[in-house]
Amino acid sequence: MSSRDDILARVRKNQPPPQPLPAVPTFDADIDSPLDRFKGAVLRMGGKVADPPADGDLDALIGRLFPDAKVVCSATPEVTGNRPIADARAPADLDDVDVGVVRALFGVAETGSVWLTEAEFRVNTLGFLAQHLVVLLDPSRIVANLHHAYHERAQFDARYGVFMTGPSATADIEGVLIHGAQGIRTLTVVPIAPLPN
Amino acid sequence: MKRIDHAEGSSKFIKAKDHLDFHDKRLWDLRKKRDRESEHLPEWEELRSLASAIKEHTLTHLADYLEEFERNATRNGAHVHWAKDAAEHNQIVFDLMSARNARTLVKAKSMLTDECEMRPFLANRGIEVMETDLGERIQQLDDEPPSHIVVPAVHKLKTDVARVFSENIGTDPKNSDVHYLAESQRQHTRPYFLTADAGMTGANFAVAETGTVVVCTNEGNADLSVHLPKLYIASIGIEKVIPRIEHLGVFVRMLSRSALGSPITQLTSHFRAPREGTEMHIVLVDNGRSERLGMSDFWYSLKCIRCGACMNTCPVYRRSGGLSYGATYSGPIGVIIDPTFNLRKYSSLPFASTLNGSCTAVCPVKINIHEQIYKWRQIIAERHQLPFVKQEAMKVAGKVLSNPKLYRAAVEGAGAGIEHLPRFLMYSRFNTWGKQREVPEAPPLTFRQWYLKNRGKK
Repeated sequence: MSSRDDILARVRKNQPPPQPLPAVPTFDADIDSPLDRFKGAVLRMGGKVADPPADGDLDALIGRLFPDAKVVCSATPEVTGNRPIADARAPADLDDVDVGVVRALFGVAETGSVWLTEAEFRVNTLGFLAQHLVVLLDPSRIVANLHHAYHERAQFDARYGVFMTGPSATADIEGVLIHGAQGIRTLTVVPIAPLPN
Repeated sequence: MKRIDHAEGSSKFIKAKDHLDFHDKRLWDLRKKRDRESEHLPEWEELRSLASAIKEHTLTHLADYLEEFERNATRNGAHVHWAKDAAEHNQIVFDLMSARNARTLVKAKSMLTDECEMRPFLANRGIEVMETDLGERIQQLDDEPPSHIVVPAVHKLKTDVARVFSENIGTDPKNSDVHYLAESQRQHTRPYFLTADAGMTGANFAVAETGTVVVCTNEGNADLSVHLPKLYIASIGIEKVIPRIEHLGVFVRMLSRSALGSPITQLTSHFRAPREGTEMHIVLVDNGRSERLGMSDFWYSLKCIRCGACMNTCPVYRRSGGLSYGATYSGPIGVIIDPTFNLRKYSSLPFASTLNGSCTAVCPVKINIHEQIYKWRQIIAERHQLPFVKQEAMKVAGKVLSNPKLYRAAVEGAGAGIEHLPRFLMYSRFNTWGKQREVPEAPPLTFRQWYLKNRGKK
């Protein structure tokens, strides 16, 4: 008997009497402003929020936020940067990126998370090898809580998808919180609707 | 196999007072943060009930859900392997790597691979394994198992980490600044991510409906382990499967709140299919789980989502340290899981508890931990796995407690005895109870004497 069949047979034999599967409510609560709730949660998780530029010039905004950045690599056509992501032949090529830019599909007010998949990153390591990440988010695409987030069922057909919430972090030594553990050191959300077209 | 002596292990930990005090305080701080989060969510108790019910439903239909998970993962282009035990798991991982000439493995934290003792197995066969979670890396370099399932090096102070890093990755032994130490590990680890042949993660959840592997982390190391190498291996205990994507809402909302007191981990990653030009392999591991499923009193422990809340709240764990349990899983959850692996070896662990029930009260999936601890004690006593002194004491207690006259005489005598007993008898090495305690003053009357005097005449 293969290990597979052996394990499944033993599991079947030992399963306790069947229990029903409960329905899960979405726990809707009245939220005055999902955007304000979202911003508060981002800050709590160590992230930052930047107001969208009045003149719409996102490249200039990134220049102001990261004056020392040498390599800016954008996965969204809304920001030009100076390193075309199409030039990356292998995931490791993004190791020298100072600032990565990406547009998220939606945000979660409860936790301050943004949802990103391989389609937005184009190269997944953009969100992890870059020192800093700037995330554009349509303020009208913020859901109340994680139940609603997981009801965006089609999103989970992506090969890879991630809820990113603030920068990478660790508190493994004496509980001292460090932002910038192994991945991005800062995460800045810019609430801005995508350009029409 | 040698029986683990939890009391002896604890006594080593207790001797280092600064470590003990910090450990106790740090874990209680996590417990308080957890309380703040749970009190903030009006639906917290409802979420606990839902999480428990979803897990019980899944475990009572586990074979079907495992098959559904396998079907969907395979359709996604992943390869699913099945391992009966630790040895088979380790062999599968080694074979996958050696067939592709892969010599280096970057891995995220996984209690399952610790349970399987995978690292030494691979190292003996020429594979370099790099733990990339900071706490787990500290433990790997110090050649110790993790002492906590969420914060593996929580028993260490920054000066300990400075020593371990200076001996292994060339940091300044006198510099124990936490930012410096964490940054040093980041710089040291990055080149491994860029060049590793294979990457590995465990899983917090495996979704049957989609074949998705869900990994909840904070450091970014799991994603770096998956997105760079050409080979990705996920090791998953069979109890980690849940039915549908929407159920993640319940579990993800509670996991980090229970573990660290944060509303969510910095990263909640969903790996459904390999990226273009790479391979994704999933190893489903039994290693005693199917057997535990058939234990009518103990199968509930399979609901565990490994948040560590029971450890943080446990007064015994906080004051004895995870390593004193001598097992992969420590604290209250370890106490009820470990005996299923080896009853004799871990027979002292169910006694490492005050049975205060706090573990049960904080468990996000409502495992009746303290009741299971009590049941393990009964089994251990029945199978004569109790140490001799405890057995004899229990026999005497049994006789006294079952006979009212003897009991009264004993209680009255004890009051008088406590006042007049010489200290060398009370606080000798034969009476472990007296080691760190002073006996309170005995009341002038026993309850029975008081009752007869005040109420008995009515």
